[in-house]
Amino acid sequence: MTQLTLDQVAVGDALPELSYDVTATTVILGALASRDWRPMHHDRDFAQVRNGTRDIFMNTPNQAAWFERFVTDWTGPRGRLGRMKFRMRDSVFPGDTMVFAGTVKAAGAGDDGCGWIDIDVTLTVDDRVCTTCEVRVAVPTSDDDNPWARHGDDWRP
Amino acid sequence: MTEATDLPREVEAMIGAVKYEESGGFPVERGYVWNTCAATENANPIFWDDAVAAEITDGPIAPPTMLSVWFRPHHWAPGRTEEHLPLRVHFDLKEALGLPEAVMTDNTITFGEPVRPSDEITSRQILRSISPEKTTKLGTGRFWVIDVEYHNQDGVLVGVESYTGFGYRRPA
Repeated sequence: MTQLTLDQVAVGDALPELSYDVTATTVILGALASRDWRPMHHDRDFAQVRNGTRDIFMNTPNQAAWFERFVTDWTGPRGRLGRMKFRMRDSVFPGDTMVFAGTVKAAGAGDDGCGWIDIDVTLTVDDRVCTTCEVRVAVPTSDDDNPWARHGDDWRP
Repeated sequence: MTEATDLPREVEAMIGAVKYEESGGFPVERGYVWNTCAATENANPIFWDDAVAAEITDGPIAPPTMLSVWFRPHHWAPGRTEEHLPLRVHFDLKEALGLPEAVMTDNTITFGEPVRPSDEITSRQILRSISPEKTTKLGTGRFWVIDVEYHNQDGVLVGVESYTGFGYRRPA
């Protein structure tokens, strides 16, 4: 995994897209890993009859973990998430190919010297925007900087 | 958000009050960290390679987005009779304001100090604000913002989830 530093980022940059074919296993693994036992995330009959959806669908906490993976694949391991704002619009089902895409909205060092990047990320399936997420992530400002070393008042996401 | 000025006194008293402090009920553990990384095919070495974790994050940590995972109750527990309701302040507000329907409109997570294996996390809910009555395509009601704060066993803030809800009555 390579490590991104702040000087390598500019407003308007696109993150490398991530495309993933969702199966029932994807949905169920993610739901159980996030301790979400609700039946619409593993029981198709329940999802169809009680939720009126065509199948089981991905739960929100697991989607959050996918957004994290998408962003830190790009930043490298010293990238440290500061903030995420989600809007859920539509569901992701087995058989869908989910595509994560992101664009840099802002990048620069804060008053405290921390290197911040704001990114708009979307999860789409075909032309359906399923979830949008505004992500604020800290990256090193130089090769010897590490946002994870910030604690207390030095960490202000 | 504009603040409401016409709230019942008991609802006004809820704003800023710390409610429902509770512990996760089990220590943070790496099995769920690896399950989550496997489920999302996340190769970030800070979760898989202890030498990298020692260098970058001062030892193993959990993925920040797993914050709420440590709070979901077991599917079954001995002697438990009541269902655990998440975000109870939201349901309290629906009842106190007489608004039968509600949706969550957005959710923001702010991450603090990393969560580490064996941490014991506690959560608490704080109602931050309630809007004046508004009418949307769903109906007439109010928006509210509820923060769920998470602290570790040393009292250090590990994150805050902020939920915006809209409680409403459908048009007659």
